[in-house]
Amino acid sequence: MGNEQAIEIISQKFGELLSFEVDAYGMLNITTPADTMIELFTFLKNDASLNMSFLTTLCGIHYPFQKGAELGVVYHIHSLENNYRIRIKVWTSIDEPNIPSLTDLFASANWQERETFDFYGINFVGHPKMERILNMDEMTYHPLRKEFPLEDSTREDKADRFFGR
Amino acid sequence: MSSMQAYNPNNMSLETIDGEIATLNLGPTHPATHGIFQNILKVDGERILSAEPTVGYIHRAFEKLAERRNFNQITTITDRLNYCSSPINNMGWEMTVEKLAGIQTNKKIDYMRVIIMELARIADHLVCNAVIGVDTGALTGFTYMFQERERIYELFEEVCGARLTTNIGRIGGFERDFNHTFYSKLRTFLKEFPARFEEFNNLLERNRIFMDRVIKAGPISAQRALEYGFTGPNLRATGVDYDVRVMNPYSSYQDFQFDIPIGKDGDTYDRFMVRQEEIRQSLRIIHQALDGMPEGNHHVEVPGFYLPPKQEVYRSMEALIYHFKIVMGETPIPAGEVYHSVEGGNGELGFYLVSDGGRTPYRLHFRRPCFIYYQAYPEMAKGALISDAILTMSSLNVIAGELDA
Repeated sequence: MGNEQAIEIISQKFGELLSFEVDAYGMLNITTPADTMIELFTFLKNDASLNMSFLTTLCGIHYPFQKGAELGVVYHIHSLENNYRIRIKVWTSIDEPNIPSLTDLFASANWQERETFDFYGINFVGHPKMERILNMDEMTYHPLRKEFPLEDSTREDKADRFFGR
Repeated sequence: MSSMQAYNPNNMSLETIDGEIATLNLGPTHPATHGIFQNILKVDGERILSAEPTVGYIHRAFEKLAERRNFNQITTITDRLNYCSSPINNMGWEMTVEKLAGIQTNKKIDYMRVIIMELARIADHLVCNAVIGVDTGALTGFTYMFQERERIYELFEEVCGARLTTNIGRIGGFERDFNHTFYSKLRTFLKEFPARFEEFNNLLERNRIFMDRVIKAGPISAQRALEYGFTGPNLRATGVDYDVRVMNPYSSYQDFQFDIPIGKDGDTYDRFMVRQEEIRQSLRIIHQALDGMPEGNHHVEVPGFYLPPKQEVYRSMEALIYHFKIVMGETPIPAGEVYHSVEGGNGELGFYLVSDGGRTPYRLHFRRPCFIYYQAYPEMAKGALISDAILTMSSLNVIAGELDA
């Protein structure tokens, strides 16, 4: 299974809805709108030639300057038969961070989606128990968002360009 | 066989148990859980009706911390994920950065890494299997195998000075070459360990009491295991031969001959047996790496990442510049995204690293195998006796540090 072949199979089904990009390290990145996401994952899982039935990992990411698509979820999906991996990205706005849940397709998505909710506040629609998992329930914010710097944010003598984020 | 069925929880009839349902808090600090885990169990007598794990007791926000540390400083965070096999985590991270920065390591470094990683795997599996013995009431094997683990830790100490949280290796190789003491200690270990290990194996492998306790305890099918994202020995115990070392070889694993043991039923006994065999296979790999150790330098020339020797820093201008560049995190690194995974003690340990070219990762996500497969625990514990649930947990080798990150 190569990237060209996978792009051909997937774009035959989804046409122009998705955008494909092969990164510098040879992995195929697919960006999908949130409403076609479930269809895409179902197709990848059940298609006989792709057979991508193993969800390796999923995690959130936050780009505060990407207006309207500040929050994203990055999925790594793996076909154990073909030994082929794809990275899938879904973007959502920070005001209404709703993304469909994959728990019906992959049991392993359950806690990982809760972790992503805990860290980024992304609401996975259809998740059976959308609660915090690692942090305490009383917490009022989502700590991995970029507006929470680790360093004391009142300090002015430490510029980001010297000390990172 | 009749006596064996009497121990099988699934065959016990419900009439023997009083119908009252009780809630039992197992943990967070319970000696039988070997770590900070809480399980809220609904029990009918001794039988578990439902289990609800609470995780996060030792959550340390590693992914957030990593966003403010430069690439060399993150190795110490990875130590504290699966602390039973820290070197694998360290090297997984170093290889991830090398992949991002396009650094090619030579065979010498690869072979050195393989030796250390396989020693770490042996230590990890020894702890897990010895603890399965303890949970079935056999403390003897544990005391013997902890001596052997101690010898592995002495080897780590010889290489990097630390034992548990090793911070071993550097981006681009090793801080220093293996010394003579390391080689002689390793040879002694390779000579003496197999006999002691087989002694431990003989204590349990065909021990009737042990077998009655662990066979059919906490089984899971291959299908469910894959859906739950199992990897590593726990997945292989169900009969799926997925091993990152073979599927996506890193660090020259393709040069070595070894077998992947698999189980059949995915129960505690299979997990125990798979780990036992993996220890033997790891020894095979170490022998091959030791015998075929190539000539070469123990690090590659990447002055932007690899700290120059301290004496050089005092004498040479260039070394001084690079020393400060590394410490201040001013080394240019390409913007991009990589996913790299290694076969950790518990399965596929993945690093998803997003770099924007800055001194720290923009985002770093650890794929922690424990966190992903521990989700299956309620399903595996359901219908079992409490004592079997404890065994299931210890045979899954759930490590609190990796679970909570």
